[in-house]
Amino acid sequence: MKKHNFLHKHQKTLAPLLSLVLIILVTASITPGFLSLRIVDGHLFGSLLDILHRATPTALVALGMAVVIGTRGIDLSVGAVIAISGAVTAVLTVNTDFPVWLVILCALGTGIICGLWNGILVSVFNIQPIVATLILMVAGRGIAQMITEGQIVTFHSDVLDAIGNGYFLAFPIRVWIAIGMIALTVLVMRKTALGLFIEAVGANVRASRLVGIEARLLVLSAYVFSGFCAAMSGIILAADIRGADANNAGLWLELDAILAVVLAGASLAGGRIYLLLTIVGVLIIQTLTTAILTSGLPAQYNLVVKATIILAVLLIQSPKTRQWLSGIFLKNKNAGSAGKASTDKGSTRA
Amino acid sequence: MQSLSVRPSLPWLGAFKRKAVLTTFSVLLPVLSASAMAADLTIGFSQIGSESGWRTSETESIKAEAERRGYDLKFSDAQQKQENQIKAVRSFIAQGVDGILLAPVVETGWDQVLKEAQRAKIPVVLIDRGVAADPSLYLTKVASDFKEEGALAASWLAAKTNGRCNIVELQGSVGSSAAIDRKTGFDSVISNFPNMTITRSQSGSFTRAGGKEVMESFLKAEGGAKNICALFAHNDDMALGAILAMKEAGVKPTKDILVVSIDAVPDIFKAMADGEANATIELNPHLGGPAFDAILASQDGKKVDKWIKANGPLYLPDTAAAEYAKRK
Repeated sequence: MKKHNFLHKHQKTLAPLLSLVLIILVTASITPGFLSLRIVDGHLFGSLLDILHRATPTALVALGMAVVIGTRGIDLSVGAVIAISGAVTAVLTVNTDFPVWLVILCALGTGIICGLWNGILVSVFNIQPIVATLILMVAGRGIAQMITEGQIVTFHSDVLDAIGNGYFLAFPIRVWIAIGMIALTVLVMRKTALGLFIEAVGANVRASRLVGIEARLLVLSAYVFSGFCAAMSGIILAADIRGADANNAGLWLELDAILAVVLAGASLAGGRIYLLLTIVGVLIIQTLTTAILTSGLPAQYNLVVKATIILAVLLIQSPKTRQWLSGIFLKNKNAGSAGKASTDKGSTRA
Repeated sequence: MQSLSVRPSLPWLGAFKRKAVLTTFSVLLPVLSASAMAADLTIGFSQIGSESGWRTSETESIKAEAERRGYDLKFSDAQQKQENQIKAVRSFIAQGVDGILLAPVVETGWDQVLKEAQRAKIPVVLIDRGVAADPSLYLTKVASDFKEEGALAASWLAAKTNGRCNIVELQGSVGSSAAIDRKTGFDSVISNFPNMTITRSQSGSFTRAGGKEVMESFLKAEGGAKNICALFAHNDDMALGAILAMKEAGVKPTKDILVVSIDAVPDIFKAMADGEANATIELNPHLGGPAFDAILASQDGKKVDKWIKANGPLYLPDTAAAEYAKRK
């Protein structure tokens, strides 16, 4: 009984985690060697590591997206910001003598400026977030194309190579960067009042203003944070292919990021976000992508298979399905004492 | 009312006037050579935009060819919008040009404007892409044959490996005509060789990042390079991404895995010069010459094929350094 209560209490947390484990296990049964990890040149090598490696850009973007969604907003421009920061990284590396740290700083600064633009449109001019960020989503890719003059700008830099594909303590450096960023965000959002404020603003702006929360500044900083995260992701993606591809870098990544936040159980109506589960959501999406690529499935089925599995995960998490499932579970468990079952059901729900 | 009904529409008038001028010239100056007469041609060119390096070089090549021949080229950049292209074609008709080059952004929705050009007796030459319209509505299409490109890549690979090879394939965007036809052409050739098989095939969406990610998964799934003899990528950018993936997995491109791709973008020549790619087939951007020749032929009343194939050559590493210097 006690174990059952634990399951029930943590259903929300367990559902995405179980989905992830299930997807990995099913893939492993289809693709032999999917779980195998070995050491090559002093670092881990295998499909599981690929998932972590490929998931970092989406994870960073999803982190920013989660905070923005917490304020009842949405940031559609992250893909475009990735393209811009990648373009800035490449063009500055190729055309100037700037040291690498300055190039990275400039690229991150571009992300912050983009975030400021979004934030000001939303918090100062009260434009609906989906419209406000749509502007940069459309224009941003054009800005990136202007910076690269429509070409793929390739560059060479040892530090950027390391960020894109280097290893530290057997794991990719970019995974360490993402872990650091996640830890920092969780710390600030959960161990200080800031997280509470952000969720409060998302849940009810007027009420939070009445208790003295400066909503405008909070919303603004959420978009700045999202722009910063997207810029980080843009640097990593450019470093990954050693070039800035303004047309394709981060294309549709905003949708993956939003999906990850939702898979974690967040509400798009704001006020409720789960940072670590968002990362689990990112891993679910990336595992699916990698699994499909290694499985030998014909290319034209990729999207349909991916969508079907995502739909299944979302259905498992919907409150209606869970209610229904736990109903069946309880009935079976207490089949011997039918009378007790109804009271039991009542008490666990309360 | 009556005057309105007999007044010819403006395009008609333009066509009539131009014909008259040409006829007068040819009657009064019979000694004038054909090339000098051709110098009078005014051509309208509606380009999709400048979304890729290839398209930019196509535009530049056509402009240069027009200048070389002394034509008056009216250029219009549609910025990826069909409505802009339709507007441009209508304005070319109104200006009474001698011919129109159209690089259609999409396949459908051209019937009306093509009919207008036909009524004005202005030949339309489609550049590098086709349209889903009655072939009688346009003069010809000047474009590469993607199937032949795929077949050429496969032929080179068959010769290089003596018809014995496990191939991994990076497809272009699912459903695009370049991806479908390059695959069909490639498959048609390797089907003649029982020991040539495609062991893995996935879409890398024509991008470097896509090519890299898919190649990484191929290398994992096949347990390294020992079971892969060659990579066929539907474009150079995916091949360049895949080369990065190979190097990071400790696999030597061209030594462990042969690399053949299509397009001939500048960076693939650099890769070939560095010994990291084996062959590329040019997607020919020099379409101006054949297009102008087709317009001249139609003016002379000659029959023009509905598809003028303008395929590019296969490049190998021996000329790569020189080609890279030329194209950079």
